[in-house]
Amino acid sequence: MTDTSQIVEEDLEHLEETVGPARRGRLSEFWYYFSQNKGAVIGLVVFTIVVLVAVFAPLIAPHNPSIQNRDAFLVPPFWMEGGNSAYVLGTDAVGRDILSRLIFGARFSLFIGLFVVVLAMSVGILVGLIAGYARGWVDTVIMRIMDVILAFPSLLLALVLVAILGPGLLNAMVAIALVLQPHFVRLTRASVMAERTREYVISSRVAGAGVFRLMFITILPNCMAPLIVQATLSFSNAILDAAALGFLGMGAQPPTPEWGTMLAEAREFILRAWWVVTFPGLAILVTVLAINLMGDGMRDALDPRLKKS
Amino acid sequence: MLRFLLQKLGLLIPTFIGVSIIAFAFIRLLPGDPITLLAGERGVSAERYEQLQATYGFDKPIVVQYFDYLGNILQGDFGTSIVTKRPVLEEFMTLFPATLELSICAIILATAIGIPAGIFAAVRRGSFFDQSIMGVALVGYSMPIFWWGLLLIILFSGILQWTPVSGRISLLYFFQPVTGFMLIDSLLSGQAGAFKSAVSHLILPTVVLATIPLAVIARQTRSAMLEVLSEDYVRTARSKGLAPMRVIGLHALRNALIPVVTTIGLQVGVLLAGAILTETIFSWPGIGKWMVDSVFKRDYSVVQGGLLLIAGMIMLVNLVVDLVYGLINPRIRR
Amino acid sequence: MKKFGSLLATTMLASVLATGAYAKTLVYCSEGSPEGFDPGLYTSGTTFDASSKTVYNRLVEFKIGTTETQPGLAESYEVSEDGTEYTFHLRPGVKFHSTDFFTPSRDLNADDVIFSFERQMDAENPYNSYVEGASWEYFNAMSMPDLIESIDKVDDMTVKFKLKRAEAPFLANLAMDFASIMSKEYADKLVEAGSESDLNQKPVGTGPFQFVAYQPDAVIRYKANPDYWAGKEAIDDLVFAITTDASVRQQKLTVGECHVMPYPNPADIQALKDDDSIEVMQQEGLNIGYLAYNATIAPFDKVEVRKALNMAINKKAILDAVYQGAGEIAKNPIPPTMWSYNDSIEDDPYDPEAAKKMLEDAGVSNLSMKIWAMPVQRPYNPNARRMAELMQEDFAKIGVTVEIVSYEWGEYLEKSKAVDRDGAVLIGWTGDNGDPDNFLAVRLGCDAVGGSNHAQWCNKEFNDLIMKAKTGTQEERTKLYEQAQVVFKREAPWATIAHSVVYMPMSNKVSGYKMDPLGGHWFTGVDISE
Repeated sequence: MTDTSQIVEEDLEHLEETVGPARRGRLSEFWYYFSQNKGAVIGLVVFTIVVLVAVFAPLIAPHNPSIQNRDAFLVPPFWMEGGNSAYVLGTDAVGRDILSRLIFGARFSLFIGLFVVVLAMSVGILVGLIAGYARGWVDTVIMRIMDVILAFPSLLLALVLVAILGPGLLNAMVAIALVLQPHFVRLTRASVMAERTREYVISSRVAGAGVFRLMFITILPNCMAPLIVQATLSFSNAILDAAALGFLGMGAQPPTPEWGTMLAEAREFILRAWWVVTFPGLAILVTVLAINLMGDGMRDALDPRLKKS
Repeated sequence: MLRFLLQKLGLLIPTFIGVSIIAFAFIRLLPGDPITLLAGERGVSAERYEQLQATYGFDKPIVVQYFDYLGNILQGDFGTSIVTKRPVLEEFMTLFPATLELSICAIILATAIGIPAGIFAAVRRGSFFDQSIMGVALVGYSMPIFWWGLLLIILFSGILQWTPVSGRISLLYFFQPVTGFMLIDSLLSGQAGAFKSAVSHLILPTVVLATIPLAVIARQTRSAMLEVLSEDYVRTARSKGLAPMRVIGLHALRNALIPVVTTIGLQVGVLLAGAILTETIFSWPGIGKWMVDSVFKRDYSVVQGGLLLIAGMIMLVNLVVDLVYGLINPRIRR
Repeated sequence: MKKFGSLLATTMLASVLATGAYAKTLVYCSEGSPEGFDPGLYTSGTTFDASSKTVYNRLVEFKIGTTETQPGLAESYEVSEDGTEYTFHLRPGVKFHSTDFFTPSRDLNADDVIFSFERQMDAENPYNSYVEGASWEYFNAMSMPDLIESIDKVDDMTVKFKLKRAEAPFLANLAMDFASIMSKEYADKLVEAGSESDLNQKPVGTGPFQFVAYQPDAVIRYKANPDYWAGKEAIDDLVFAITTDASVRQQKLTVGECHVMPYPNPADIQALKDDDSIEVMQQEGLNIGYLAYNATIAPFDKVEVRKALNMAINKKAILDAVYQGAGEIAKNPIPPTMWSYNDSIEDDPYDPEAAKKMLEDAGVSNLSMKIWAMPVQRPYNPNARRMAELMQEDFAKIGVTVEIVSYEWGEYLEKSKAVDRDGAVLIGWTGDNGDPDNFLAVRLGCDAVGGSNHAQWCNKEFNDLIMKAKTGTQEERTKLYEQAQVVFKREAPWATIAHSVVYMPMSNKVSGYKMDPLGGHWFTGVDISE
């Protein structure tokens, strides 16, 4: 949904020129600057909690997320009148515990983010390396194809793709990965083009390194910083887009406790049972916000221009 | 400048052809064919099937079909809806003003709040205001807007009952559309209260649609402003004792706005993607909802035509943004 | 909510004061945009509600609330001895709508009737392909091109249809939406002006309401036809407020923004029933969801096997889990709202023990089979996948292993028709014209094997009965169909599962609304009080 990568890219292309190949102490330096940013640390803490919740979902969740309790339809959260302490955040229209569904939903959202980023990033890096390294017509064709993909609003393209592939979580993830991967391609290509004329690359080529060695072992590690920032952004975009598709009925299918799908199911109760609508959205917001906070922190930590000021 | 324009156009043509291939390929990638789907449980006889194939032109070789399609597009024929049998372009044109009205209002709102907020944050860098503005901007930027829309409906339509649930204007008002913009038409109609009703229907969708562009513009303005403020000439101006407001207003702002204008231009794609969700939530009769409905109705000729029209529009806007950018910033023309 | 209502009331009052006279307006929150306004071109109920049921009339009409026909624009008709000639005498003095885009100069006559059919069957007619892709779906689907020999004008007020063969459901077909009568004068005028497509955008008919304006995806406005041949309607204005989302429709109904809404969310029906200001009408839909065995493949060619499987299905559980209350158990292949429904038939009892024994007696053991579950929601089956899973559990209890298969919808429709199809298929049918022939011959006739007879079941006794029932009076036909249902139950080519139940919530200010078993929404005879 959010498509700010373009701006980020420009920033990153620029920063990539300034970041040298010196890698020593980078990690500790990174951590130093990252931890200076209060927001980023908060983001990291929240994100870690979400990960822990997802991993230990079966242990934490008070109820089975798909068990329908026919005696407890639309029970409000425990602090409200008619609430029940057994259902802390209340129940949905078929008597399932909302808290438990949210807890299990964390697994889906994180998995979606991870899957999409890994897929988009690995394909994007590969294609970007090829384009940047090969230049010439290969590069032109690849970049035109990426332009074509970027010419569509990403959510619309993903929606149509899923309509064709058939609604479902896997297809939704593949579609989102496809619309996110041009950003990785552009970024990798720009970095490779900047790096390939540098001395260390030239000397390694002179030393007889093969194409693959040059691409993956020599050049790639030096392009990683902007890619990591882009990956963080894509992670949150993937969660938002998957939730939007779920909301439109084209993502994960009910009764999967995916947050967007839960919202879609809850839509008919907006005026009668606010809790069914409020909590899944809040979960999406908090997770995405935490990731974006981390992303901002990482960008600051990796961007030397802003570091010292 | 002409060379710059031609160069940009040269890039656009292959992209447009690519876009048309993708849009065309979609309808062909479908498992099962549209004729069988349309017939449903009833089924269709072999004879009738062939007849329908010929009607829709599905019997020709695929390459021929594509060039027919491309030829038609160049003549302004974007196909005919399988469901309504109306020309896709005609449907697009009737619904587009609704999306345009909503998008313009959203971009005005986003700019009107985003730019001052960004400037303010940059000038008071590190202050409490800066931190809270940027905090709010990041929340806005992380917002699942379909949920945000629902929350606003719960609060303003449900609990407070200040705004209507959906649509563009109350059913009590009726007039023929003149411009397609409800705000203008309602004024032209001369019916008492019509304008007010149109405004009250527009508020929530505008807020929802403006949320993400607003956050992006505020963040972008802040960082552009920070960069300009740290440049030498501004510092010099400051040290010369020029009043801060004058420095900000005259020198810094003008230069900082260049990238911000680009950002606003690039928000068109974001707006259209947002319109898909916003229009769905508020039953707003625009092209975003039209596309979603067509996907669900499996009206693939509308999906095909709509994709192409929307992508074409985004490409056009991006071209204009590029040109404007080139005009105000001659350096990139080279 | 209350405030909302009163706010609306004040604004309404203001507009009443402004215009000086009070007009009775009924607002119907419709579920979608009409595809167009020429009912011949389309097949969806949404379009018919907005065109044929408001703007147009037909030669014969369904008696609203039943599946029986009554005279419409034809005051009377005669059928020849052999059932191949229908002569219709038109009602004199029927006026077409006078609107701001058309003023008729003459009353309805035979030319209008002939035009209305000719445009659908004659490729030479200027309106045969006046919109791109016009394929006259229903006209073709009801086999009209194969059936109609000729349509002749006997005199200005008399039209004769000659058929190639006798076909009793023909009258019911003429009451269907595609057979709406349009104005030839208007159509000719549009040809002259070169704006033929207006026939599909700005309709002119003889119906109870006349078209005023349509804003796509938002609202359709009609006003009562002041010269309606059956008398002006009680309401003055009819507004279709297009609201695709069911929960939004419901909100609008509760706050008084609309008076009638179709298709509520099943989950909301109880809340609607509890609301004092709202009345909820309900009726079985004109459909059936079923499991069709393949009667040509062993061991499903044995009646005992099919019967045993039928007895193993816990329909009650399916109704709860799949239809969530919006359904009713089906025992016959036609819905109970249809004439000739045989209510004396006993459904197969749910008895897994007996079923198991029956299978053993038939010499079948370790049976494994496929159940096909369609991938889409249909009116007669909201969740086929879930239904298949429940059947899988049921069949496991009598020792039958089930594998559930599914295909993309287009492919599913195609593959499930094959005579050698492996497995039983979940499918269903929604009726068109309320005639039992439309269910029994279309879905179970020998001619339909390899086509829409998914059970591939050809039983001579049954087929003879339904063929014989194609002619004769309704009484004679009813007897034959009742008998056919007995044969059907005995032979069990299908497991009949359910008929969906349709709910219609409306404000209690609305009176005179009748639910249409054919699934349409009519506002003829509806009134609204203050």
